[in-house]
Amino acid sequence: MELTRKILEGDVRAAARLMTMIENGASEARAALKSLYAHTGSGYIIGITGPPGSGKSTLTDHLTDELRKRRKTVGIVAVDPTSPFSGGAILADRIRMQRHSLDADVFIRSMATRGHLGGLARATNDVVDVMDAAGKEVILIETVGVGQDEVEVVGTAHTCVVVSVPGLGDEVQAIKAGVLEIGDVFVVNKADREGANRTATELEMMLHMAPDTGGWLPKVYKTVATKGEGIAKLVDAIFAHKAFLDERDLRKKKGRERSERAFMALLQETLRARTVERFKRNGSMKEMIERVADRELDPYTAVEEILDKIGL
Amino acid sequence: MTTQVQQKIRVLIAKPGLDGHDRGAKVIARAFRDAGMEVIYTGLRQTPEMIASAAIQEDVDAIGLSCLSGAHMYLFPKVIELLRERGADDIVVFGGGTIPDEDIPKLKAAGIAQVFTPGATTGEAIEFVKSNIRSK
Amino acid sequence: MIDMHEKREIERIEKEKEQWEAETLKPALKSAPERAERFTSVSMAPVERLYTPADLPNWDFLKDLGFPGEYPYTRGLHPTMYRAKLWTMRMFAGYGTAVETNRRFKYLLEQGQMGLSTAFDLPTLMGYDSDHPFSAGEVGKCGVAIDSLADMEILFDGIPLGEVTTSMTITSPAAVLWAMYVAVCEKQGVPYHRIGGTIQNDILKEYIAQKEYIYPIEPSVRLVTDTVVFGAHHLPRWNTISISGYHIREAGATALQELAFTLADGMVYVEEAIKAGLDVDAFAPRLSFFFDCHNDLFEEVAKFRAARRLWARIMRERFGAKDPRSWLLRTHAQTAGVALTAQQPYNNIARVAIQALAGVLGGTQSLHTNAMDEAMALPTEEAATIALRTQQIIAHESGVTNTVDPLAGSYYVEALTNQMEEGAWEYFRRIEELGGMIRAIEKGFPQREIADAAYAYQQAVEREEKIIVGVNRFKEEDAQQIPLLSIDRAAEQRQIERLRELRRSRDKDLVMRSLDALRQAAAGKDPWGRDLLMPKILDAVRAYATQGEIMDVFREVWGEYTEPIII
Ligand SMILES: Nc1nc2c(ncn2[C@@H]2O[C@H](COP(=O)(O)OP(=O)(O)OP(=O)(O)O)[C@@H](O)[C@H]2O)c(=O)[nH]1
Ligand SMILES: [Mg+2]
Repeated sequence: MELTRKILEGDVRAAARLMTMIENGASEARAALKSLYAHTGSGYIIGITGPPGSGKSTLTDHLTDELRKRRKTVGIVAVDPTSPFSGGAILADRIRMQRHSLDADVFIRSMATRGHLGGLARATNDVVDVMDAAGKEVILIETVGVGQDEVEVVGTAHTCVVVSVPGLGDEVQAIKAGVLEIGDVFVVNKADREGANRTATELEMMLHMAPDTGGWLPKVYKTVATKGEGIAKLVDAIFAHKAFLDERDLRKKKGRERSERAFMALLQETLRARTVERFKRNGSMKEMIERVADRELDPYTAVEEILDKIGL
Repeated sequence: MTTQVQQKIRVLIAKPGLDGHDRGAKVIARAFRDAGMEVIYTGLRQTPEMIASAAIQEDVDAIGLSCLSGAHMYLFPKVIELLRERGADDIVVFGGGTIPDEDIPKLKAAGIAQVFTPGATTGEAIEFVKSNIRSK
Repeated sequence: MIDMHEKREIERIEKEKEQWEAETLKPALKSAPERAERFTSVSMAPVERLYTPADLPNWDFLKDLGFPGEYPYTRGLHPTMYRAKLWTMRMFAGYGTAVETNRRFKYLLEQGQMGLSTAFDLPTLMGYDSDHPFSAGEVGKCGVAIDSLADMEILFDGIPLGEVTTSMTITSPAAVLWAMYVAVCEKQGVPYHRIGGTIQNDILKEYIAQKEYIYPIEPSVRLVTDTVVFGAHHLPRWNTISISGYHIREAGATALQELAFTLADGMVYVEEAIKAGLDVDAFAPRLSFFFDCHNDLFEEVAKFRAARRLWARIMRERFGAKDPRSWLLRTHAQTAGVALTAQQPYNNIARVAIQALAGVLGGTQSLHTNAMDEAMALPTEEAATIALRTQQIIAHESGVTNTVDPLAGSYYVEALTNQMEEGAWEYFRRIEELGGMIRAIEKGFPQREIADAAYAYQQAVEREEKIIVGVNRFKEEDAQQIPLLSIDRAAEQRQIERLRELRRSRDKDLVMRSLDALRQAAAGKDPWGRDLLMPKILDAVRAYATQGEIMDVFREVWGEYTEPIII
């Protein structure tokens, strides 16, 4: 397949095109992903998550710098929210990373959530796969500025970096319990601000109290992303986590879990889409939904009826 | 991924050159978002090389360039030239800023699809993008 | 003091007003409804149908207005205002190389202009030499290209710097360009105490609006403070900061935001200079301001009046300044570039006249009127002359200069002036809550307020709630054509060649040594006292170090600024 061949050869335009097709749910994307699948699985995926404005993009920029110094090729997927009112989005993470845009070994892609919850876009996983297949050795995912429930990145990334900032007066951005659980490496960014040490200590205490960590003890690192301070140590910590996963064959386990989730999600969506498609033609589903709304039929029976009809 | 098709127009808004007057670029970025588009905003002081490269990675349908420094005759055609070199000249490039009338035909000849001068509405720009991007 | 008599008087007026509304207004509205449901200023602030003494409830003539030349200066800085001395008509000039701009300066002086005002090109404003890759296509475009003292010598060749005052619109590299100017004066034999002029030097508005910043905020403010200290010690006639609302307004701010953010910036500079060990009265008289004059005549007049009153109160009450000169908000004004249209450009002459009138009725000390072609290019000589003539017509024909503060006592103008002042105090309170202006800027607070205002205005124009003649109403198919100034690309090449020649011919060791000394001073922890940066910059300039080289020294030591993303 032409598109696949080009992507495997490192053609940026082709890879970017496929990403758009994936986001748009175009049918050609499916075919291309099928043939690329065998070439995925070697990229190391790092998730960067944290509250809005904590410095995720700036960190991603400097992490990229450091990774390039260590001769790694880098893919970046930066996710920003879609406006629920217009369906449009302003994707601005890239501003922080523009100095890498001329580096042929760095590929930056901005994505909008398009209504997907969880901190990523629906298509993020597949876009990461394309970067992986295109030969990017490390792939950084910057999530949208997260709250408590937006931790989907944990299912995609091998190492999850959770960013926080010194909690000062009006901007207490304490890490929420849900986010605490997903972190493999913790960063207190903006360490040039007052209160960084205290925030780091508090975090460490919270981490000590956390239950079973499966043998890995997450540590807290202080960075000043704007000046690139603490970045090399952070990269070391990420690679230490990678080594830990590899030693115990946990990366494969994570990979399997990710594949399973991706499979289940795909199954679910495909099933739904095909079912909707089948019944849309004769209008019977719409009619059924109306009956449910009018309390003539309960939704449980309605779904069973539909599944019966397609023999499931 | 879904089978339902969700086409979104993607536009890169960039400010080439050294001037920092980003009012126009920001107003356009917001208006495009409010019209349902995905806007990649790359901020100030972008070289033509950075703009072309970002546009390709982001696979945008259009690039909007804003320049108020008077250097548009150098910067705008340079972006087109770089896109052509990389086989990406299907991306529609439009521009805005303080651009004298007499420069407009020259910019158009160089491949800039449309030039919006002060007083143009965001509505016109939205309409222009919607009806001029090439379907992929 | 408001006495009982006045209070009763206001109550009576309110009652009468109700009656008027019922008996006279209501039938009138029925037979001829108003053109719009809501009337708003160009800043989108609501404007009432009618203003009466009831709109000035606690207004106190002596306390809030007083007399011109006296605290709180609402009515003007001087007791006689324009009856004694007109404002300075100062037109911005600069394009191409120093040679061309020098010629333009001489022409403007011959035309009766009273002071020089220099515009620099973007590479100079951003601290890049003309041969830097980022400068490609920009050299000499928006102003004159100055790379070193050699260019500055040409720029002011044959102009007696002891007799004219010069304003330089430069901020990030202000200290460097100022040092070059001082060095030219040294060569002309002008003593320091006779050197007069202004550098813009207001770095905070760059982070808020114009975005011609280079370094992080704190070292940048340190550099500004350094110039304030140097000026206070050595150049008593130099205005070391022109605290600028102009760019804030042009970025889309409302009149109130312009006023509030500008004065908030001003307070930072005062605080920093005091921290640097200066007595407030030793430098405050050298602070000057720079405001926009937009189309909405009365709103603008109120803004200028409120600005004077606020600054006087701030300086006297908050900073304890004792010298009345420290209380004065001396200001330059420029007509609003954003209000000019490319469509039907001759209409801009009328707009500029109204805006200039606002500046004059507001009591400005100096004024630049934009040329009608500035929405499209740098002004031609003819267009710039019409703009200057516009000021002369206001000064000599309109009669508005015959009396002091002619709009005082207008219920509308006084109510607006009060609203401006109150609104500004409210903004100051919010800024303080955010931890002061520097933190507020880092958090993007003023930037967001401005972006929201700019977007709201643009939408109002597109909905035709705001009419712009020739743009969304009264359009013409045949475009008016006016001649425009074009700047030849050859200037760039000439400038680069001159720069290369300079790099070849100067004393390289001396340059290196002066830059090293500067680097050490910049890296120093204790910025005050012995290690003032200005003397080191002066040495480097005298050695013909280029401005790009000097600015790079600071880049190395301080790093560069990244702004919060506010869209
Ligand atoms: N003082 C200081 N400021 C920083 C640091 N890191 C980032 N910033 C600033 O914080 C602001 C936000 O940085 P971003 O990198 O855009 O943050 P983000 O988390 O990606 O933001 P969103 O994507 O909008 O959620 C910017 O103004 C940065 O310059 C730091 O270490 N110290
Ligand atoms: Mg970000």
